Amino acid sequence: MKPFTYERANSVEAAAKAAASVQGARFIAGGTNLLDLMKLQIETPTHLIDVNRLGLDRIEKTEEGGLRIGALVRNTDLAADTTVRRDYGVLSRALVAGASGQLRNKATTAGNLLQRTRCPYFYDIRMPCNKRKPGSGCGALKGMSRSLAILGVSDACIAQHPSDMAVAMRLLDAQVETMGADGTKRAIPIADFHLLPGETPHKETVLNAGEIITSVTLPKPVAGTHVYRKVRDRASYAFALVSVAAIFGKDGTARFAFGGIGAKPWRTAEADAAASEGAKAVAQAALAGARTTEHNDFKRPLVERTLASLYRQQEARA
Amino acid sequence: MTPVELTVNGREVHLQLDPRTSLLDALREHLKLTGTKKGCDHGQCGACTVIVEGRRINSCLTLAVMHDGEQVTTIEGLGTPEALHPMQKAFVVHDGYQCGYCTPGQICSAVSVLEEIKAGVPSHVTENLDRVAFSEDEVRERMSGNICRCAAYSNIIAAISDVAGESKA
Repeated sequence: MKPFTYERANSVEAAAKAAASVQGARFIAGGTNLLDLMKLQIETPTHLIDVNRLGLDRIEKTEEGGLRIGALVRNTDLAADTTVRRDYGVLSRALVAGASGQLRNKATTAGNLLQRTRCPYFYDIRMPCNKRKPGSGCGALKGMSRSLAILGVSDACIAQHPSDMAVAMRLLDAQVETMGADGTKRAIPIADFHLLPGETPHKETVLNAGEIITSVTLPKPVAGTHVYRKVRDRASYAFALVSVAAIFGKDGTARFAFGGIGAKPWRTAEADAAASEGAKAVAQAALAGARTTEHNDFKRPLVERTLASLYRQQEARA
Repeated sequence: MTPVELTVNGREVHLQLDPRTSLLDALREHLKLTGTKKGCDHGQCGACTVIVEGRRINSCLTLAVMHDGEQVTTIEGLGTPEALHPMQKAFVVHDGYQCGYCTPGQICSAVSVLEEIKAGVPSHVTENLDRVAFSEDEVRERMSGNICRCAAYSNIIAAISDVAGESKA
């Protein structure tokens, strides 16, 4: 691991200011992704700002009837929160589908949104990767791409977004609340938070230098049956090949978001609009514009079959 | 060097550490508590699992400096050869290991798993999010972050189930 200096921030304002003023500074919260990448020298921060004691670890109701989740709420605590379990079941389900118990005890809400791809070419520093080293090329395009994205990809990058939690957040129309280095606050709809790779896959979010996530808010609960179905190579502790977060309403409407297939958590209005027509129509709408390789083309039928399974389960419940 | 104060297994310790030092290396190399094992060093195998502030974590994926002032429990703090923790005893009785390398992590994890179930933390196999209860399926799912190369899994499950039964009585 490359040497770095370390400080513990005492306020959100100070953390943001320090991050903007030191070249190569990074925030550290759970550290479960950042430290892993630092050991591999994929991430080489010169300065770490420990934000763990900023007190951003509360979950509270908002005036609008939603929920404000502190940036530092651990994945375990968010999944176990009684309001989340009752009113935002899809979020609990998505959280416990990810990582291991040990990692969920450390990983935070904001950190989870910012976790980086598990593309094998991003992880291997001997390989070209435009995300890790801009301009070096993409080893995955003609390489082993079985796990990688088929939506939102570009000629420069086909890395998948790895998060389960973020897929549920996308389904629930969460907003990411931040504070900039100059103290400015803003709320970013999660649909706009992650960037598609285009020609600059190293730019992953709309956050500015020093900008720190303070909380994630959820709007009022969405009634219906909340489900999260994750398809992976092992029964537990593996990243999604395909995942579907869904809320089925009583009136035949539904909303869907997808993981494992997109360069970012994936959701389209067209897929939601096709809900009453069934799995095939929803899959077709969601997969519009999909670009596959010979290794990951199986994700197209897998999306449809995963949806079909959810529909059958839903019919059995009715 | 950064000063770090920890309470490890009830004992206060003061260390001067390079900020790069993982909690795992602080325990093994600086405090000579070699019960906690280094397997993958990337949070994938669970051999380094310890209990910090009452929660199991991968000690390889966290910096010691991030835990200044906190309480750490390692396998050495759970029990002693003369007075084994019930989970240690159950692993012996049920032969929950072969080579034993992953065992300290398995045991620290297992102790926390039972507490997480008791606290109502749901898992991927919890059918009803409001009703979290012990089952072998729950144990299998919750222990998935602890890999055993010798594949002593069935005996590990038997050991944990045994302790869960005792704690119910």
